Amino acid sequence: MIENRRKILKRAGATGTLAMAFAAGLLRPEQLFAAGWNKDAFGSKSAQDALKSLGAASIADSKDIVIEAPQIAENGAVVPIEISSNLPNTKSIAVLIEKNPFPLAARFEFQEGAVPFVKVNVKMGESSNVRVLAEAGGKYFTAVKEVKVTIGGCGG
Amino acid sequence: MADPMKIRATLKGDVADVRVLMGHPMETGQRKDSAGKVIPIHFIQEVIVKLNGKTVIEGQISQAISRNPVFSFRVKGAKTGDKVEISWLDNKGDKNQTETAIA
Repeated sequence: MIENRRKILKRAGATGTLAMAFAAGLLRPEQLFAAGWNKDAFGSKSAQDALKSLGAASIADSKDIVIEAPQIAENGAVVPIEISSNLPNTKSIAVLIEKNPFPLAARFEFQEGAVPFVKVNVKMGESSNVRVLAEAGGKYFTAVKEVKVTIGGCGG
Repeated sequence: MADPMKIRATLKGDVADVRVLMGHPMETGQRKDSAGKVIPIHFIQEVIVKLNGKTVIEGQISQAISRNPVFSFRVKGAKTGDKVEISWLDNKGDKNQTETAIA
């Protein structure tokens, strides 16, 4: 993080463009936090770009990824999603809500001792496919489940 | 000061079910207040789960996770009394952590 920040500072440097960037709202100070946070993937506005930023080039469909989510979610602000992977050596699981403004919602890395399982509540702006990307044995696998949303949970 | 967290870990066989609640607004940066001003984006970015001091799950999350996030995780090879620790870090550098013994 600190390195990144220095680079930005150096680049902006004497010209004072950094201050301008802040003023213009292009560069929010909070974006400089959290080292491991994949800014590119989380900042992607399409699911495809997000998958690319996660390094997933060739992806195979898999029935070993189980997504449990309601078919119809009444409240888009709280949609419970449960994911488990039966793929051997699942290293990570990413959740993408394809029609959200920023599709990538979460990514979990599992070390030795963890079960590749997670349950979490997500926000959904509108009815959308929920796509799960799992990384296992150096390969990428995906599964999709459609969730219909009655009231969106992103705007005001 | 961050809102308190709640954690519970229960053993089923040799797999422990860990549930955690984090008090956090999880603002998307898209909502507006009554005056029409955008409420600044404020959300948890990192979640780390440790079993007996060793990291087992590392999560990166976005503003699309619901307000006051609730997670369930599972760790295997755990025993009653083992320590589960969960911490988070948000985009403003705020953080919190909690721990419990597996019951």
